[in-house]
Amino acid sequence: MKGRIKGRIDGYRWFGRSWLSATYLFLYIPIVVLIVFSFNSSRQSMEWSGFSLQWYASLMDDAEIISGFVLSLKIAVLTAFASVILGTFAAFVLNRYRRFAGRTLFNSMVSAPLVMPEVIIGLSLLLLMVSMQRLLGFPERGLFTIWIAHSLLGMAYATVVVQSRLREMDKSLEEAAMDLGCKPHQIFFLVTLPNITPALLSAWLLTFTLSLDDVVLSAFLSGPGSSTMPIVIFSRARLGLDPRVNAIATLTILAVSIGVLASSLYIARAERQRQKQIVAATRNVSQ
Amino acid sequence: MKKFLIHMLTLRWLSGRHIVIGIPYGWLLLVFLVPFLIVFRISVADVQSAADPFGSLLSYVDGVATLKIKLANYLFIAQDSLYALTYLSSLKYAVVTTLLCLLIGYPFAYFMARARPTIRTTLLMLVMLPFWTSFLLRIYAWKGILASNGLLNNLLLWLGVIETPLALLHTPFSLVIGMVYAYLPFMILPLYANLVKMDVRFLEAAADLGSTPWKTFWLVTVPLSKSGIIAGSMLVLIPCVGEFVIPELLGGPETLMIGRVLWDEFFSNNDWPMASAVTVIMILLILLPMAIFNKYQNKQQGGGA
Repeated sequence: MKGRIKGRIDGYRWFGRSWLSATYLFLYIPIVVLIVFSFNSSRQSMEWSGFSLQWYASLMDDAEIISGFVLSLKIAVLTAFASVILGTFAAFVLNRYRRFAGRTLFNSMVSAPLVMPEVIIGLSLLLLMVSMQRLLGFPERGLFTIWIAHSLLGMAYATVVVQSRLREMDKSLEEAAMDLGCKPHQIFFLVTLPNITPALLSAWLLTFTLSLDDVVLSAFLSGPGSSTMPIVIFSRARLGLDPRVNAIATLTILAVSIGVLASSLYIARAERQRQKQIVAATRNVSQ
Repeated sequence: MKKFLIHMLTLRWLSGRHIVIGIPYGWLLLVFLVPFLIVFRISVADVQSAADPFGSLLSYVDGVATLKIKLANYLFIAQDSLYALTYLSSLKYAVVTTLLCLLIGYPFAYFMARARPTIRTTLLMLVMLPFWTSFLLRIYAWKGILASNGLLNNLLLWLGVIETPLALLHTPFSLVIGMVYAYLPFMILPLYANLVKMDVRFLEAAADLGSTPWKTFWLVTVPLSKSGIIAGSMLVLIPCVGEFVIPELLGGPETLMIGRVLWDEFFSNNDWPMASAVTVIMILLILLPMAIFNKYQNKQQGGGA
């Protein structure tokens, strides 16, 4: 009897482990393939013919890629800042103001871009920009219009991240500040903001990578001569396999892995320190 | 009414609270809601003003206001069965993708949530990491794997399983693989968040009352994770309906997807009114799933606080 139960538990464990491993393989094999074949010397990209760094070298003289990368980087930095600011506003509103006119509409507008197909957002924003240009002579399609579109998408993600942090936050800290006579904006900048900094940082990174990666919104909102890096990659990937794309992929994956690792270490450390301070503070109070 | 006007005009409403609400609200109205109205407006633009689809619908001639609405685009969509087929086919691929994601993702999230707490964070990180690396590049990678001279075919040829390369790329198979691959993390994360919070005492109680693990799973675990299942499914289903990049890179001529039709109407045919009409119908199609998603999001925010 005992042996049978043990056998069943072992079977369950074995099944669980293989399910997890198989799915991780599915998630990671394409990434490994991308990296391995960026070092392939042959142009027939999927046949291994020796180690080479030529595709990395050729990236250096690829003016289209370089100018695309610079533009993408600019847009991504601007988007990350705009998204975090707008997302913090929205998260604060949703978390603190339980009742106000049009809350339901606000709520649906904030979360809709998370799931809305990007072609819909892209087309409708482009039509807005064109209408505005007819009326006001502004804006020209390019960096600015792409930035607006990315910020709309980024705001939705930033709101989710910041909101979950606001929900976990200890409300008594803000109440204490209020009792001690802080004005609302002082409470926000002196108490709330330091408490949600880790969330702001992860929201910044998330929206930065989202922007750096976006094809569809950028394609709708870019003008002549403003091709972002994903637009360039996409147009090449459409034509067929291109080992230079693998080289870009490897560099991006490297940069992202380092960025994510470093920031999660930093966030974990900041979190531990904060907990320590809270423990220390409560100890002082109780003594 | 008069009171309201005075209230508005004297700016007495302009408190800090209103500014804090007003900034994100105004931004969303401008860049999210107004654009949809414009799309609708252009989808019914008159042929004569097609050169200028932004011209006014409303015109005053001899003191008579005429509202010109052109439904030709909608009639065309209704009459040409290709559009109906494409909408249906997009829905079909989105549903198949969602079901496959659920089939793979549910056990995955379940085992992840039941793993030792020390390794849970690592497991979660490993799901998030591909999500952080470029979506476009990961889809491109499948092109190299599935192409006729690609990795999978080379492997199968080498093993002697097949003698001639299989046509895998640009088929419904490659499209579904790509969509499942891209959207799987969106299914796993809400499911995991839900399952990891589940009170194990319910499961113990079921076991004490003589339920088999299998029965407990179906009668306790699955119903308790309903909101996670709905959230994950909507996060996969809705964007998949209008997906463009994956069908363009991995799909073929037989895999009809409405996102591609919209793209072609806009970029190749330059027919903005038609692209707008296609978009309006697509919005109607995803309205119900969007409402379900919204209800869930509200519940998350309201209940969790």
